[in-house]
Amino acid sequence: MSINGDWYLILAAALFAIGAVGLLVRRNVLVMFMCIELMLNAANLTFVTFSRMLGDIGGQAVVFFVLVVAAAEVVIGLGIVVTIFRRRVSTTADDLHVLKG
Amino acid sequence: MVHAAFLMPLFPLVGFAVLLTLGRRIGDPWAGWIGTAAIAGAFVAACVTFAGLVGEPASTREFTQTFFTWIPVGGLQVKAALYIDPLSMTMCLFITGVSMLIHLYSIGYMKGDRDYSKFFVYLNLFVFSMLVLVLANNLLVTFVGWEGVGVCSYWLISYWFQSESNASAGKKAFIYNRIGDVGFLLAMFLIFSKAGSLDYSVIFAHKDLIGGGVATAAVLLLFLGACGKSAQIPLFNWLPDAMAGPTPVSALIHAATMVTAGVYLLCRVSPILQLSPDADWVIAIVGVSTAFVAMTIATSQQDIKKVLAFSTVSQIGYMILAVGCGAYTAAIFLMVCHAFYKGLLFLGAGSVIHGTEDEQDLKRLGALRKVLPWTFGTFIFGWLAISGIPPFSGFWSKGDVLDNVFAKSPVLWAIGLVTALGTAYYMTRLFYLTFYGKARWREPAPDRPAHHTPHESPWVMRIPLIVLAVLASVAGFIDLPVGGLDFFNTWLDPVFAGSLYNDHEHSLTVWALSVTDAAVAVLGLFIAWRIWRVRADRPEFEPRFLQRVWYWDDAYDAIFGRPGEALARFSATVIEGRIIDGAVNGVGSLVRVTSTKARRFQTGYVRNYALAIALGLALIIAFMVSRVWWS
Amino acid sequence: MTAAIVLAAVQTSRATIPDVITFAVAAAVILVGALGVVTSANPVHSALSLVLTLFGVAVLFIEQDAQFLAVVQVIVYAGAIVVLFLFVIMYLGVDRRENIEAEPLRGQRPLAFVLVAIALVGILAMLAAAHWVTGAHAVAGSTTAGGKSNVYLLGKAVFTTYLFAFEATAALLVVAIVGAVMLARRPTNELEDEELESAAGDDESGSGADAGGLPRHGDSDGVDDVPSDAAANAPAHGEARS
Repeated sequence: MSINGDWYLILAAALFAIGAVGLLVRRNVLVMFMCIELMLNAANLTFVTFSRMLGDIGGQAVVFFVLVVAAAEVVIGLGIVVTIFRRRVSTTADDLHVLKG
Repeated sequence: MVHAAFLMPLFPLVGFAVLLTLGRRIGDPWAGWIGTAAIAGAFVAACVTFAGLVGEPASTREFTQTFFTWIPVGGLQVKAALYIDPLSMTMCLFITGVSMLIHLYSIGYMKGDRDYSKFFVYLNLFVFSMLVLVLANNLLVTFVGWEGVGVCSYWLISYWFQSESNASAGKKAFIYNRIGDVGFLLAMFLIFSKAGSLDYSVIFAHKDLIGGGVATAAVLLLFLGACGKSAQIPLFNWLPDAMAGPTPVSALIHAATMVTAGVYLLCRVSPILQLSPDADWVIAIVGVSTAFVAMTIATSQQDIKKVLAFSTVSQIGYMILAVGCGAYTAAIFLMVCHAFYKGLLFLGAGSVIHGTEDEQDLKRLGALRKVLPWTFGTFIFGWLAISGIPPFSGFWSKGDVLDNVFAKSPVLWAIGLVTALGTAYYMTRLFYLTFYGKARWREPAPDRPAHHTPHESPWVMRIPLIVLAVLASVAGFIDLPVGGLDFFNTWLDPVFAGSLYNDHEHSLTVWALSVTDAAVAVLGLFIAWRIWRVRADRPEFEPRFLQRVWYWDDAYDAIFGRPGEALARFSATVIEGRIIDGAVNGVGSLVRVTSTKARRFQTGYVRNYALAIALGLALIIAFMVSRVWWS
Repeated sequence: MTAAIVLAAVQTSRATIPDVITFAVAAAVILVGALGVVTSANPVHSALSLVLTLFGVAVLFIEQDAQFLAVVQVIVYAGAIVVLFLFVIMYLGVDRRENIEAEPLRGQRPLAFVLVAIALVGILAMLAAAHWVTGAHAVAGSTTAGGKSNVYLLGKAVFTTYLFAFEATAALLVVAIVGAVMLARRPTNELEDEELESAAGDDESGSGADAGGLPRHGDSDGVDDVPSDAAANAPAHGEARS
């Protein structure tokens, strides 16, 4: 029997916060992607924790789908990064502000 | 056999669809033959249906063919259905027959036109709409056909739209018709509100629900619609302008069929007309006034088609007069005969115009009997028929109308008789100026050179002339005012049972009236012959007042045109320029100012946007915490 | 201090000491990895730190009887996704240090910390106020029904209750594959791209490994658009050679 679910939730919240801060402060698009993965993992951890606490397999099923969607997202996201790099030779998010109003 | 009825509108519709899609590829002259074949099919279907209907006993000569329920809305159930009875059958027979002949004629007349196939597209659609109008079993479907023929009329008047005046003539016809349509629509609403249905049979079964003032209002509104379509005072001005269209169109739409739709409508709803004697008087007076006024104008027009146009207005005035006197059979009888002889006259005029390379001025024609022998030979019959010379059809049909009018009011009869005199006069004038006298087309005019020798029309144009000449001569015998020989009267008897003057007075009076008619016709003919054989230039017999159509258009221009123009100018400058444009520009500059400020939020940095999402996240969580802790 | 937390954890739950130790170690690995992702100046280090975090999460999945997910986590995340990240980093040749201290956008960093702190505190506050006993029945089936294994139960849920979602994700993956191929394919008109590519290659090979604040590329079309305060914070793009 594992320890109380609250600890897991606190850990997930902390992981999410770190990921969010990273997303906001880092400028490298690749690192920003990794921070998104951190946030997704925090959410996954929460789902699994609730799944255990409530004795419901549904939480794990959702994590399964999140994994698939995250994989697709990374594939497309990195494809876009490569495409942009071909044209602008940069992976810095701040270089891409041609849509300034 | 009666179940072939649906084929009548189907054939023209199919012809229309084929020509619309493939017409340009088929081209001259096969597009014309396809159009003609479609109408011929409709005519055959009409004949088959007619044979079936005659086979029935007189009391059961009516049936309804329902296709589907068009508008099922609560109490309003409008069915797309055909109603076939002796009245609609008569209309179908002569519409399809005359249309077929005029289609055939158009093959020759329109030869070499730029949009050859388009002409037949319109004509086929017109015939379809006309048949829908005639065959509908309720007011709304009739209205659909009514609008259909209206729009075809507009297209065909403006057919040569490259000329500004033709386009305006089309617009004029359309707008005058719209005024009448308002009346039709209001009448429909009124009848539906009282009788609870638009089906003719249901309306007539519940006609006691429509009484008194409502009946008068409904009849007058319907009559307004009929005035627009049938070119009666005060809406008759569009028809002369409608002569801008090709001559077969004038013959088919603006003489034989469409303009008689108003008369047909009034006859169709005759049970309602009988509810209001006051309205019937109005109809009769308007009819006789139109007949007289148009006759006077026709005596002094210069354009061969204009004369015939005013003649048409005058003849329809006779029909309306007959309707107002309750003589529906006489009105339909005159309509059929008129379709034959006026169609013939228009086609003859078209042949003249065709042969002289678009010369329409009577004063530039003359002595054409030698060079256009077929046209001349057939035109004689049309001329004698419309003038009312026995035994041609005009004598019998016009006589029938006048007999009935005499029974209602001798005053109206007298005006009608004077009109008959004028009719004989102006037709003889036209006939003489066209075919006799000097060959004025040989002399060059200031604005155009002398013509070459005119040429006779091809045989596709001559055949319709011959057929119509025969019909115009003998059509009168279908309804002789003698007991046992009034076939037409017997045929329509189930429809107009109980009409006021339906039964002839078999007495000396009828004979006396007939002799008077004939005498008046001969007198008119004689006067015109005396006046116009001297020379073609007789301005004293063509007063400016009549040439300018009693200043009717000028009056409308002063009453409606100029105030309307002033209002439009005011709207264009003040309302449009200041108020509407001001509002639009104000909105525009408001958006520009605010967005100039707002665009600073769009930095282009994706991390700024992520920050905005984080702000949203913080706010949502703050809200949820507030709900958890302070609930 | 760690020992105190472990004891507290043991006392507040019915867990055994090994469980607590497992959790503590895994949590430490996760947090260290996460901080490593955020604070590493070199993207390669970030990616390697990410592996740590993902591995820690996998451990916690096992700890919570989600064995299948743990395995998938390691295979898909650590095995595929992180490798893909590293591949792209190497492919594009951007494995160099980034100047983390520089922040061209004024106010971005303080605002980020404040907002995330608000969110974190809010989550913890809700956690403190929550009552977990809902009494609700398992919707998709219990995690322990009939003594079946986790893989059996998860598979049953995915292929019955969530069948439609499962099919939809299959379609999504196909779309992603096609999209990735389309994005990564070279355009037919690649003259311009060739030039850019070779320019980047020259830059990389020619400038060695010495550190410095030299702006690497894109000055001509990048500097003009950066706000003046950002331009003032040298190096202009916050990137430095490693």
